[in-house]
Amino acid sequence: MARSNGKTSGAVEKKLIGVADTVITAAQQRKDPTLAIPIRSLSNVKFNEHKGIIEMGKGMQARAFFNVGMAKKFMQTVLVADALCELQRADLTTSVREIYYRTKHTIKNSHENTFDSQDESDPVIEDLEVSLAALREELHVRAENGGSVVGPLVLVDDGDRVDCARLGKGGYSVPSIVEPEFLQIKKCTAEFVLLVEKGTQWNRLSEDKFWRRYNCILLTGNGQPPRGVRRLARRLHEEKRLPVYVLVDNDPWGYYIYSVVKQGSINLAFESQRMAIPKAKFLGLSSGDPETYGLPRNVGIKLNDKDIARARELLNYPWFQKKNWQEEIKRMLSSGLKYELDALANKDFQYLTKKYLPRKLKEKDWMD
Amino acid sequence: MREPKKAPLPTRGRKVSPSKTSPPATKSKQKGKASKTSPPAPEAKQKVNSSETSPPATEPKQAVTAVEMGARQRDISVSEFFTKNRHLLGFDNPRKALLTCVKEAVDNALDACEEAGILPEVVVKVEPVANGEALPPPSQASRFRITVTDNGPGIIRQQIPPIFAKLLYGSKFHRLRMSRGQQGMGISAAGMYGQLTTGKPVQIISRTGAKAPAHYFEVQIDTKKNEPQILEKKQITWESQRGTQVTMEVEGRYQKGRASVDEYIEQTIIANPHVKLTYFTPEGETKEYPRTYHELPPPPREIKPHPYGIELGMLLKMLQDTKSHWLSGFLASDFSRLSSRLAEDICKTAGLSPRARPRDIHGQDAEALYKALQSTKIMAPPTNCLSPIGEKAILTGLYRQIKGDFYTAVSRPPAVYRGNPFVIEAGLAYGRGPEVAAETPEKKPVSLAEGEQQEDDHELARVIRYANRVPLIHQQSACAIYKAVLDTTWRTYGVSQSKSALPSGPMVVFVHMASVWVPFTSESKEAIADYDEIRKEITLALRECGRRLGAFLKRRERAQSEFHRRNIFDLYIEEVVDACNRLKGGKLPTQKLKEQLQKIALKRTGGEKTDEVLGKTDGGPEGLPHSIIVTPEGVEGEVPALSSEPSNQTAPPAGTPEEEQEEEEKVEKHARPKGQAGPEDTGRRKGVRAKRRPRPKPRHKTHAGKPAGASAKRAPRRKR
Ligand SMILES: Nc1ncnc2c1ncn2[C@@H]1O[C@H](COP(=O)(O)OP(=O)(O)O)[C@@H](O)[C@H]1O
Ligand SMILES: [Mg+2]
Repeated sequence: MARSNGKTSGAVEKKLIGVADTVITAAQQRKDPTLAIPIRSLSNVKFNEHKGIIEMGKGMQARAFFNVGMAKKFMQTVLVADALCELQRADLTTSVREIYYRTKHTIKNSHENTFDSQDESDPVIEDLEVSLAALREELHVRAENGGSVVGPLVLVDDGDRVDCARLGKGGYSVPSIVEPEFLQIKKCTAEFVLLVEKGTQWNRLSEDKFWRRYNCILLTGNGQPPRGVRRLARRLHEEKRLPVYVLVDNDPWGYYIYSVVKQGSINLAFESQRMAIPKAKFLGLSSGDPETYGLPRNVGIKLNDKDIARARELLNYPWFQKKNWQEEIKRMLSSGLKYELDALANKDFQYLTKKYLPRKLKEKDWMD
Repeated sequence: MREPKKAPLPTRGRKVSPSKTSPPATKSKQKGKASKTSPPAPEAKQKVNSSETSPPATEPKQAVTAVEMGARQRDISVSEFFTKNRHLLGFDNPRKALLTCVKEAVDNALDACEEAGILPEVVVKVEPVANGEALPPPSQASRFRITVTDNGPGIIRQQIPPIFAKLLYGSKFHRLRMSRGQQGMGISAAGMYGQLTTGKPVQIISRTGAKAPAHYFEVQIDTKKNEPQILEKKQITWESQRGTQVTMEVEGRYQKGRASVDEYIEQTIIANPHVKLTYFTPEGETKEYPRTYHELPPPPREIKPHPYGIELGMLLKMLQDTKSHWLSGFLASDFSRLSSRLAEDICKTAGLSPRARPRDIHGQDAEALYKALQSTKIMAPPTNCLSPIGEKAILTGLYRQIKGDFYTAVSRPPAVYRGNPFVIEAGLAYGRGPEVAAETPEKKPVSLAEGEQQEDDHELARVIRYANRVPLIHQQSACAIYKAVLDTTWRTYGVSQSKSALPSGPMVVFVHMASVWVPFTSESKEAIADYDEIRKEITLALRECGRRLGAFLKRRERAQSEFHRRNIFDLYIEEVVDACNRLKGGKLPTQKLKEQLQKIALKRTGGEKTDEVLGKTDGGPEGLPHSIIVTPEGVEGEVPALSSEPSNQTAPPAGTPEEEQEEEEKVEKHARPKGQAGPEDTGRRKGVRAKRRPRPKPRHKTHAGKPAGASAKRAPRRKR
């Protein structure tokens, strides 16, 4: 656990205590204690075309205590609320895993555990996030540090000056909480942000000092970018007015990562407001690239059934309805192949740095 | 048509006693027939009586003449016969032999008592005997002395030697009547086995009544002549007024577990709860099995053979043995369900004169007659000759001997296979009993770690099989009963079962076949042959048991899930209240909040209704006839009373005062099964119920009960 940055948020604590009040009030009124929890699924999100982000709908799910199917979840929710409140009072931050261990114990007079695995506690944390409209950072819960940044950027973290241009190939590990009170942007001379899906390709670009040559900030989230990475990109975009380009594999998962960066995620749609970057651009890999760049068929990978199903799903998302996107996804489907960024090495180890990206940027060959 | 294996021993002749053989003409004919089709045993049966010793047989040469063959055709001494056929008689190995000897003696004791209308009291003692050196521990001993004592009618002096020292001498073979023994082969074979393996004679004490003297005999079999040799005979004083005691010393092996003497006795008690038995085990333990059912089974009646049930050979024999002078008279008087009119019709169909002399009918005529008998429509035999155990008694036996949560019993109406009436009865005991259930959670005190799961035990059901009240211990898989259990789809009734396997779960399946003639697959009488009619009846009985079990399980499951539901809420309320209290900074009136929540939970789960489903209020196992349900709170259904009959007052119970008290209480709670409570008394049930305690654990150890007669004692109290 780490001390949070001194900022005590009485508001969040009050919200958490509200969970207990729900129980107490219902008990007094002889009613089944029930928590209203916003539904976190596609059915309950709206795509706000005007803002270009995914917003959560008003759909609520009632979590009642005295319902056999929900009783345990209800109990778990109260336990997690208690643990989160403890964090507030002690002014500490913690990880979701530690929350799991903190709340796990054997229920009195039984051999049943409150939680059997972290898979049970994680969604409860998210439930509380959305129903209390409290950000995860406000709840003092960190995600894993899962990202790296390198480039002409100077940050201040816990009072330490971090010059991201002087951290070698490894760069700076992006913390999960990058709110201004925890992390300040001191100086930034870059012209754009390149968010790369894969750590391997980020390494390639960092090693080749691509960022120096093109005066950009290189960011990666090692797969689906964690909140810290997304939030940092958003801050650079918002505060420093940098355009954000996304570089992913050419597969349904890559498209989805791009869409999360751009419009927000379905699961945590309420965070889109401060996470999404509606103006982010899709740089590649596009399903048209193999032809344009002369990638041979044999470095492609056959789409499996799951890929195909996922791609069809994407075709139905409101935020993929633009003509160019429909064409993009359909082209991948009709080729029956997906390509990894790594496949570019087929042509040359430095093909990405020396040929592909320069040409892409020069031709402004990106999608919106 | 499926048939049981041809019996090497006499099938169903009327006379077995070798001294009273049939006239020579048919004898030779039959012998010829038999030796062609069957193993050597039948020959032995025919010849076993002879006293002459023949010259030793010469080595066979390539070509053998009839004369040479004739020289080798000789009588086989009984010992030779016995040695060769040990396995057929149940003496294949020392362990099984020990069981067979006990079984023969106990079967006889029970048969004799029941036939004489006496409630059996049997004492079985099996002791290891030193064979030269020091007495080995029971599990190592190779010699045992078996003593079985009964309170039966006794045996008259002259009959004692032949009964115990002459093979094929008995009273049961000559008639079609349901009994345990059938062939007059049992006890003398056991005695002979002892004689051959230890050289010791059989010792008998028998007394026919208080005024008669007790006779002591030591007899041996003359293995050449099949005649008894009396080594010792005298009158003695004997503490019993009536009964028989037989003592044999045999080679054997004692090992507990499956197919052991202990198991045989336990199973015998289940099917014969009217028996009081004391068993002194080889290990020096005393196991008391009190009588739990106080009525003798109604005496079975003897019937004549039904035409559909006989074979040609037997028909020939009957034709020779009959006292009738005319064919039609023979048919009408020697068979069941043949009127004189029908008899005439049959003669006509066979193309034979009704006036023909039965003895003159053989060969083609006999075959024609046989065919006519089989093709004529004849009423099924009377079935009132059988004496099934009865649902109540089965229930009593199962309940007393097996711990469980649910018991049920079904007696099918009589049916007929090949002219033989029979009754199938089935029973079930399911569960481990509330005592065990209560102990189980203690075994798993650790909570589960991530990825761990509670394991299920996969014990298979146990099938206990009976023919005419005798447990069948060996050859389970060859038995029609076992096959029927396998073929029943237990899953329909909520019991799991993998493909072509026994159902799994804590379950005992009981099946009994009562018949004047049980078709065994072999002489050792261990498995019932698989006739369609028999199989069908077993299946129907099992299904009915299964249906009731299913109803019970469903009801219990429902109750448990309700209970579980409320239970969950109770557990979670604790958690939620504690967490709320912490959230509120520890300033919450937790007790009040808990109570409020519990009230809401109770309302949401149906409250009292749950108690009812759980059997916590009054409401017997309705819809489940002849069943008992055991819960930690008490027992529902046709619970047998445990009291000794007042007339049979013996020694006071040997238990400690505390045990006695428990006994009394048990009498009280069992004396009035719920299902049978009089209406005047419903208001009091609760009081009785409150006193219920789990039954004392070792049920077989229960003592002879309060002799004063619980019901008599209770009656005035009830009227007050
Ligand atoms: N304990 C006994 N009391 C009275 N009679 C007995 C007893 N044991 C045997 N007998 C008589 O001896 C006969 C022969 O017994 P056994 O050899 O076992 O043949 P089975 O029982 O097949 O008839 C029985 O039919 C019965 O009449
Ligand atoms: Mg017998």
